[in-house]
Amino acid sequence: MEAILTIILIFMILGAIYSLHARDLLSALISMGIVGYGLVICFLLLKAPDLAIVQILVETITLVIMVSVVLDSTRHELKEKASIVHDGQSFINSRYVGNIFIGVLIALVLLYTYHFAIENLTPFGEHLMRMSGPYLEDPAATTGSANMVTGVVFDYRGYDTLGEATILVTAVVGVLTVLRIQGRK
Amino acid sequence: MKGMSVIVKKVAQLLSGLIFMYGVYIITHGHLTPGGGFAGGALLAGSMILLVLAFGSDVMGLKKRETGSSIIENSAILVFILFATIAMLVGTRVFFHNFLPGGTLGELISAGVIPLYNIFVGMEVGAALFTIFLALVIYKEEVLK
Repeated sequence: MEAILTIILIFMILGAIYSLHARDLLSALISMGIVGYGLVICFLLLKAPDLAIVQILVETITLVIMVSVVLDSTRHELKEKASIVHDGQSFINSRYVGNIFIGVLIALVLLYTYHFAIENLTPFGEHLMRMSGPYLEDPAATTGSANMVTGVVFDYRGYDTLGEATILVTAVVGVLTVLRIQGRK
Repeated sequence: MKGMSVIVKKVAQLLSGLIFMYGVYIITHGHLTPGGGFAGGALLAGSMILLVLAFGSDVMGLKKRETGSSIIENSAILVFILFATIAMLVGTRVFFHNFLPGGTLGELISAGVIPLYNIFVGMEVGAALFTIFLALVIYKEEVLK
């Protein structure tokens, strides 16, 4: 479990570093996607499927909005050809092959860890009712909040709320990081 | 980005203050009525986004490094974590423990730390949404130049 979490975290750090240094804005966006969806797998490994759902939603929506903004405005493409012609002979471009190899490798690792995280969750339909009993006993008296939902969200499930606030912070940091590339040039 | 017509500007002027106050109400009464930090924060951001859309971003004189909203966002989440950590130092020493006195049920000032959590989460959500919006607007203007 911890080894897989470490691998995912290393991938997330690599994706963040690449998105800072990418020359093409679209590839920066996609490598930010590695960070976001890596966080989804982290939440799944830590047994927080509700946070994972929120993270998938926020990440997908911000990615779609940013991609539409970026594609709508100017962007220059890096043209990488599959073969190089040198002295009349054509060679296979090793950079091209390497890029494809890295892409497939990252996709396979993400898929495997996602599968591992899903396998570790409780089966669909069987939920742990251990915690929801105390929620229903007398939440108003224990939390002092007349609104039961707020009592649960900010008192019993404070970690969950902290995670949700962190999701927003990561989304904002991602947007600022990617969109600042254009201004930095 | 240019502003819209006079009618839209006037209506936005009239409405945005009301929407902002409603957002503040939703946040501060989060422990009494439905709603809370997340919904109220979205309302706060919405009122400001409405103003920017109606009047256009030219009026605001946006600079490339507009950092006010992102500073508010990050400091709000820091205060949120700070409250959770203070709970580890006081009383029963549990993360996210409600360490302030509960008060009477149904009063505006009651439920201990929960209203404070609500306020700072509301600030964080509002500032975060507004920051994303401003970043996209500034980026668009830079590209169009």
